Amino acid sequence: MPLYNQPSPLETRIVSKRFGMPNSASLDAYLATGGFQAFLKAREMAPEQIVAEVKTSALRGRGGAGFPTGLKWSFVPRTSPKPKYIIINADESEPGTCKDRLLMEYDPHQLIEGILIASLAVDAHSGYIYIRGEYRYLIEHMNAALAEAYAKGYLGSNVAGTGWHFDLYTHSGAGAYECGEETALLDSIEGKRGIPRMKPPFPAVAGAWASPTLLNNVETFSAVPWIIWNGGKAFADLGTPNNGGTRLVCISGHVNKPGVYELPLGYPMLQSIYEVAGGIPNGRKLKAVVPGGSSCPILKASECDIPMDYDTLAKAGSMLGSGGMVVMDETTDMARVALRIMRFYAHESCGWCIPCREGTTWLRKILQRMVDGNGRREDVALLGELSKNMLGRTFCALGDAAAMPTISIVEKFAADFDKYIVPEAVLV
Amino acid sequence: MLAAYPAGKQRSAVVPMLIYAQDEVGSITPELIEEVARRCGVQPLQVDEVVGYYSMLHRKPLGKYHVQVCTNISCMLVGGEELYEHAKKKLGIGHKEVTADGEFSLEEVECMGACSWAPAVEINYDFHHFVTPEKLDQLIDALRNKQ
Repeated sequence: MPLYNQPSPLETRIVSKRFGMPNSASLDAYLATGGFQAFLKAREMAPEQIVAEVKTSALRGRGGAGFPTGLKWSFVPRTSPKPKYIIINADESEPGTCKDRLLMEYDPHQLIEGILIASLAVDAHSGYIYIRGEYRYLIEHMNAALAEAYAKGYLGSNVAGTGWHFDLYTHSGAGAYECGEETALLDSIEGKRGIPRMKPPFPAVAGAWASPTLLNNVETFSAVPWIIWNGGKAFADLGTPNNGGTRLVCISGHVNKPGVYELPLGYPMLQSIYEVAGGIPNGRKLKAVVPGGSSCPILKASECDIPMDYDTLAKAGSMLGSGGMVVMDETTDMARVALRIMRFYAHESCGWCIPCREGTTWLRKILQRMVDGNGRREDVALLGELSKNMLGRTFCALGDAAAMPTISIVEKFAADFDKYIVPEAVLV
Repeated sequence: MLAAYPAGKQRSAVVPMLIYAQDEVGSITPELIEEVARRCGVQPLQVDEVVGYYSMLHRKPLGKYHVQVCTNISCMLVGGEELYEHAKKKLGIGHKEVTADGEFSLEEVECMGACSWAPAVEINYDFHHFVTPEKLDQLIDALRNKQ
């Protein structure tokens, strides 16, 4: 399978090491390159040892929230008499993010092995890969990989001849950003509208079908075989303290070589733009960066001279998020960016919480009115005030995800709104 | 599909069953809702309320070729909005409309996970990357000539 973009020599390829290899999605190619050795090793380990190794690795959730993976695994009550489930979040929908697609396309068996290792750790015997409906070709591709794994004894009643039993299925979504939120995903997989749940109880205790459920992103599971085989410390050492390993960074927007690149945590942001992604076209200057998907507060060019890890981004007032890095050059109109982002959130708000449902719609209307040429002087302050009123007032993070980029754009790029303000505009 | 879920939890199949059924039938019809409800052991209303929530489920038939143009930020920055305007002119229809011959429908869609290879278009379930107006014309013309 051809690659969507050329790899960079600056990458550290751990989860993407098989990308571009001939037949990389086949089980034979996977077995020939060390596949399932980590599972066999994990089968000899105590479950607590597996969890401890993942904790040592400082692997953090690659879906967006960055929660420590080992800690999440330790919350699943292993001895519960209820069945335990593993759910793989492949609902990749955060604007700017296109990495889980590649992990499933090029290395589905790495994902399967990661899931199997997790199943040993939490004593689960079935799992579901929740794939967004738009990725139908990947659902079929994963189904083929699952069928091959069953046929050759790497799923089912006797995994790799070890007596371990595990069943794995795909589950199609049908178009809903909200279903990437883990509790909304659980409602969706139960056949309902995807609406977030109150926490606690957390999914680890009462998730799918009210049973203990381990839920992680595709990339998070995909990193596990390497961690078990090479040891948690080796993975941790690739990154910065408390931010282990590498991650797939999806660079898009105004760069010469947009693409998905695997970089160690703590990699300098400017280097990723100017060296890995080949810099900005036509010699233009950098204006702004969305560091990890459209939900993250936007950074000004002067704020981008930082290493990319969860803690540094948090200190900079943003988030590392899902790895979706959107680069904007000096010609970008940030008012139009704010409008496009808000159109998205207003469309995707599930409507459960009023501050989000109403807030996103009103923000969209105000931004649209401004861009259409009817901006009022007080609109900029109103955008900021409305957004701030949404923060922390919703069940899930979608409300915050809509508010935070808006607040950052209004505060950092107020000048971009000036041209849309008509002095004599009055309320219609 | 029903067998994948734990005993008594067959309601879980509602969403995947709806989307696969829609692909066969062309749209979500009242009869289809009844049938999905029967197979999953739930009330038709419980299926109906799900249909309104998911953006890929449609109560009206789409075109034989459903052209989905992304205009979310990564695509927007590299010409996604212009590409969508071009698609409207080329097909002579707007958002969620169908051509008179029923061959094409158009939708401006949210991020579909092709950000690093933008602008992106998905026609039915086939992804197309780095799409220019010329490339879109070629894709549409090729599908037209296939008829």
